[in-house]
Amino acid sequence: MPSICFYFQVHQPKRLKRYTIFDINKSHFYEADDANSSIMRKVAYKCYLPTNQLMLELIKKHHGKFRISYSISGVAIDQMKKYSPETLESFKRLAETGCVEFICETYYHSLAFLYSKDEFKLQVEKQRQLIRDEFGQEPTTFRNTELIYNNEVAKAAEELGFDTILAEGADKILGWRSSNFVYQPVNCDHIKLLLKNYQLSDDIAFRFSNRGWAGYPLTACKFARWVHDLDGNAEAINFFMDYETFGEHQWEDTGIFKFLYALPDYIFKNPQFEFNTPSEVAKKYPVRDRLDVPYFVSWADTERDLTAWKGNFLQDDALEAIFKLRDSVYRTNDESLIDTWRALTTSDHFYYMCTKWFADGDVHKYFNPYESPYEAYINYQNVLKDFSQTVEKALEVQLV
Amino acid sequence: MTKVLMYGWEFPPYISGGLGIACHDLTKALSEIGTKITFVLPTLQGKTDTNLHLELLSSSDHVIEETQQKTLSYEEFKERMDIIGIESTLRPYFTEKSYQEFIERLINKGAILEDHQNFYKLSLTGQYGPDLISEVFRYAYVAGKIAAKVEHEVIHTHDWLTFLAGVEAKRISGKPLICHVHALETDRSGINVNQQIYEIEKMGLHEADKIIAVSFLTKNNIVNYYGIDPNKIEVVHNAVSKHKSTQRTEYIKKTPDEKLVLFLGRITFQKGPDYFIEAAAKVLKEFPKARFVVAGSGDMMHRLIERTAELKIGRNIHFTGFLKRPEVEELFASSDLYVMSSVSEPFGISCLEAILFDVPVIISKQSGVSEVLSNALKVDFWDVDELANKILNVLTHPALSKELQAQSSEELKHIQWEKSATKVEDIYKKLVPAHSY
Repeated sequence: MPSICFYFQVHQPKRLKRYTIFDINKSHFYEADDANSSIMRKVAYKCYLPTNQLMLELIKKHHGKFRISYSISGVAIDQMKKYSPETLESFKRLAETGCVEFICETYYHSLAFLYSKDEFKLQVEKQRQLIRDEFGQEPTTFRNTELIYNNEVAKAAEELGFDTILAEGADKILGWRSSNFVYQPVNCDHIKLLLKNYQLSDDIAFRFSNRGWAGYPLTACKFARWVHDLDGNAEAINFFMDYETFGEHQWEDTGIFKFLYALPDYIFKNPQFEFNTPSEVAKKYPVRDRLDVPYFVSWADTERDLTAWKGNFLQDDALEAIFKLRDSVYRTNDESLIDTWRALTTSDHFYYMCTKWFADGDVHKYFNPYESPYEAYINYQNVLKDFSQTVEKALEVQLV
Repeated sequence: MTKVLMYGWEFPPYISGGLGIACHDLTKALSEIGTKITFVLPTLQGKTDTNLHLELLSSSDHVIEETQQKTLSYEEFKERMDIIGIESTLRPYFTEKSYQEFIERLINKGAILEDHQNFYKLSLTGQYGPDLISEVFRYAYVAGKIAAKVEHEVIHTHDWLTFLAGVEAKRISGKPLICHVHALETDRSGINVNQQIYEIEKMGLHEADKIIAVSFLTKNNIVNYYGIDPNKIEVVHNAVSKHKSTQRTEYIKKTPDEKLVLFLGRITFQKGPDYFIEAAAKVLKEFPKARFVVAGSGDMMHRLIERTAELKIGRNIHFTGFLKRPEVEELFASSDLYVMSSVSEPFGISCLEAILFDVPVIISKQSGVSEVLSNALKVDFWDVDELANKILNVLTHPALSKELQAQSSEELKHIQWEKSATKVEDIYKKLVPAHSY
């Protein structure tokens, strides 16, 4: 009985406003309120609201047999509260069905694990509390930002009490093995590892509307057939993708919603198949092998490594600068300053500074509110300069 | 491969700016793919490099035979070309000295007949003097004579100075004409356009069978300001090649914590040096260890120096005047940042040169080079605050400077004259009837 496991990532960063060197000492508010508000509302209108509605219908239609999971970053939920409360409400209605699992991550969708394990734990705990408060669930599955994963991440998640962890089913970690089974990290005792089936996931997320692709047009019938072909040689088929795939990356006129609506019907044509959430999958199937992942993998770009966020001069300098401030920020005991600092650890800020493929103009450009990675760095450093001065002043006041 | 008769105003070592370098590098890359070029200049003062990749001809030394019946006399020519009345003190300049040698060279190549009687030459200086327009006319007249003698399939001219020459050559030989636009009068002078030059440009562009623009920016300007059909214009971006050995001596002595910001170009409206100075003043308030070099000369120089004094930043601003090549290279080598704040820059090769010297660059969005270079900081020329913001960030964050250097150097490897030359040769091929090959 193979399981299909859908996990959707919902995230919107708190983008920074244009902040020049001449704003330093004059303005201490860094968020691009207007842009963040309009992007949240646009994506809610195109994706979150219609897709949530569709998911709710599917769950009702299939009497609880259609089951899915989400990870919604804390900063995205913050912004839903501020700019689109109806979106948060519709996620709560999904939670009430009992067919939806909410996955934990770092509240700030941050790279904290790479620079401060203490900070990482605090941000995970904050997110855990948020899920309890908003959705009434105790999360047992963990995914790190952008599926950044190695043995150490798995160990940290286990120590934080999680039973299941998600990662990219990258060829370089699997070798000859298949992503369609449950694994266990080599250094862990009980946590189970689910790996993304990137071929089939990306067929939906990236290739769905690509007319140059041999699989085009992708119908629910065709996709279900590909899934059914795995019968007998798969237990956990994991489709992990950005939720914005529906209606935002793939527009409504591509037929993505019709595809999604029809998919369960076609999947259920083979009664062997069912839908399960990550924690259900982990309980249902035994560990088939132990996986050793000493180096970091992620779900980004073709490299599936960290180079989208880390590794060039700009990124490394900015990351070091922000994490170097941590101790001072905590010493202020100022909740607002701590929250501002944490929002500056969000991975997107560093993604915008990626110079890899910049000259070729690719997907990085599409998601980048800046004209270039250099502008992203300049803006971030200007903000950081003002912020560090504010922190210094707060500490001086304390001394007095 | 195509035989090209090319008319230019500058060619190393007879140059005052980027036009000569572009002509040299483009023709070198063309000759490497087999194009045969005869390059006509107003004058060849002194010796030329004997290992040159093409044939250089001097118009001043060209012998004009009065016995040629079919062609117009210079006076007739001038009248025909007289789209704008010019006051000139034209006088054919006869020299008895040194032309014998030149004639022999031409005879050996079969360029002229051996009839030595009744000839004269028109003198040309190739300078940008007050008599420039009349020089341009004289050059055009001689150009026609040369076109009658030198075998060619295509005529290729560079900028307005040689457009009339191209038009005249086309009239004589009937071969297709290409006008290559490196800069327009509308770039150079903004709204204070010199009407004579504008008219010459317009005539050349209308007579041309094909126009090559150095950027899409320039193409748009040709369409908008000169009323040319966009389908007649091809864009061939410039490139850069490493010239000789790169200097590493420091032009300006500075202490380790001082940073040097360079502006290089004519001190004229087009290049936006005033925006550079205004930004410098803002930078110095935040970062007093910055030093700014303005290298070049031009009609805005005095105004700029006065403004510098008014802003009380003279101690940190250095005006060098016009610099020769080795000094320019020393200056590049000692710079921490290159700024091109042009109001209108058809291309801007100098910024690619800066990258050759591992110097990060800030370029105006109103520039052609911006179309081919991604890894640069870009500003609207008028946005002085943003320019200062970017200068300050480069000077205070080594990571920014290093990443710009690394990525722009990598990108530069793909900006090559070979590619431009291939495009130009393709344009030739489309103009020349197939049976010529």
